[in-house]
Amino acid sequence: MATTKDEVLEGLAEIVNEIAGIPAEDVELDKSFTDDLDVDSLSMVEVVVAAEERFDVKIPDDEVKNLKTVGDAVNYILANA
Amino acid sequence: MTTPQIRPATGAAFSRILGVGGYRPVRVIPNSEVLNWIDSSDEWIRSRSGIAERRWAGPEESVAEMSVQAAGKAIAQSGITAEQIGGVIVATVSHLKQTPAIATEIAQRLGCGTAPAFDISAACAGFGYGLGLADGMIRGGSAEYVLVIGVERLSDLTDTSDRSTAFIFGDGAGAVIVGPSDTPGIGKVIWGSDGSQRDVISQTQAWDTAFAKQDAVNGVGEEQKWPALRMDGQPVFRWAVWEMAKVAQQALDAAGITADQLGAFIPHQANMRITDAMIKALKLPASVPVARDIAETGNTSAASIPLAMERMLESGEARSGDLALIIGFGAGLVYAAAVVTLP
Repeated sequence: MATTKDEVLEGLAEIVNEIAGIPAEDVELDKSFTDDLDVDSLSMVEVVVAAEERFDVKIPDDEVKNLKTVGDAVNYILANA
Repeated sequence: MTTPQIRPATGAAFSRILGVGGYRPVRVIPNSEVLNWIDSSDEWIRSRSGIAERRWAGPEESVAEMSVQAAGKAIAQSGITAEQIGGVIVATVSHLKQTPAIATEIAQRLGCGTAPAFDISAACAGFGYGLGLADGMIRGGSAEYVLVIGVERLSDLTDTSDRSTAFIFGDGAGAVIVGPSDTPGIGKVIWGSDGSQRDVISQTQAWDTAFAKQDAVNGVGEEQKWPALRMDGQPVFRWAVWEMAKVAQQALDAAGITADQLGAFIPHQANMRITDAMIKALKLPASVPVARDIAETGNTSAASIPLAMERMLESGEARSGDLALIIGFGAGLVYAAAVVTLP
């Protein structure tokens, strides 16, 4: 299934909105999950699990630490889905 | 010559919890006191864990003393006498004297005669492991009544300089009497382990390593540091929520009970965030009361489920005879879940 970068970003924004209550339009590629969006480490795990389900991708625990920005997550999902 | 046959042991058809009791240490440690040790805030601690305060045991509130207090209440509620107890199982990871097992002292102080008494080490799943053993002992015919205690002094294993765990742990004891029943009162215990994740929650170092460093201090060596519990939050959270939701569902399925038939959900009080996320993953109906004892007790490992059970019954949130889903999970990693009838 071909998924575009915009589609992944849009899906991820919906997930972050649902879990952390951040307005979806604030979820932009250069935003840091912890510093800009106030997604704490446990909410980040919830985001990751929801993203795994939505995009049919595996994001191992070791990889979660490397996903600093929304762009990191979008790129990881595009490369591994 | 025919081989002589061993007479089979026969036990009760079913077992159930007959009484529950808890002991909470006198000293209350509010978040404001924790802030003396770590750079944090009351709001941060509450949002990350749901904990407002915890109890820490004093010198007189030993593992044995807290256990005896909790067990006394459980025995009184069950309507049996201590002499009738045919087994004493103590789940703990924080009794710092390994030999002999603390269970023998507890059994002797309670007046349990020559009842077999032993400790088990299954961390935050310890209570469920003990319940599974007790159920098997009673149905297998090796005991009529079994005392199961979960007890911890985790303050002794807390690194007060560790920002990620200093606020989590608490002390206390919870006990139940399990006995024979005409109807099933303990569903199939779904339990297991995953040693591949043994490092995500563990003691920082073994005691021999710690003492070797202490010896080295006298010459030239590393600074000795008292072992403490440490956790890797993200992997623990993922496992505790999504893998444990599956285990909880298995316990419901094995018991033939649906979530809407529950009178209480009593997960190990690890972290309010884990409880909240697990409720979502399990799709637990909003009508089922959920144990939230952690807010005032902290994470007491093996003691948390019986302590939370006692609180829910005392406050009227749950009633005697209701069905409760219990699930413990922690260092090992280990887990145990079952549907039980509340005493």
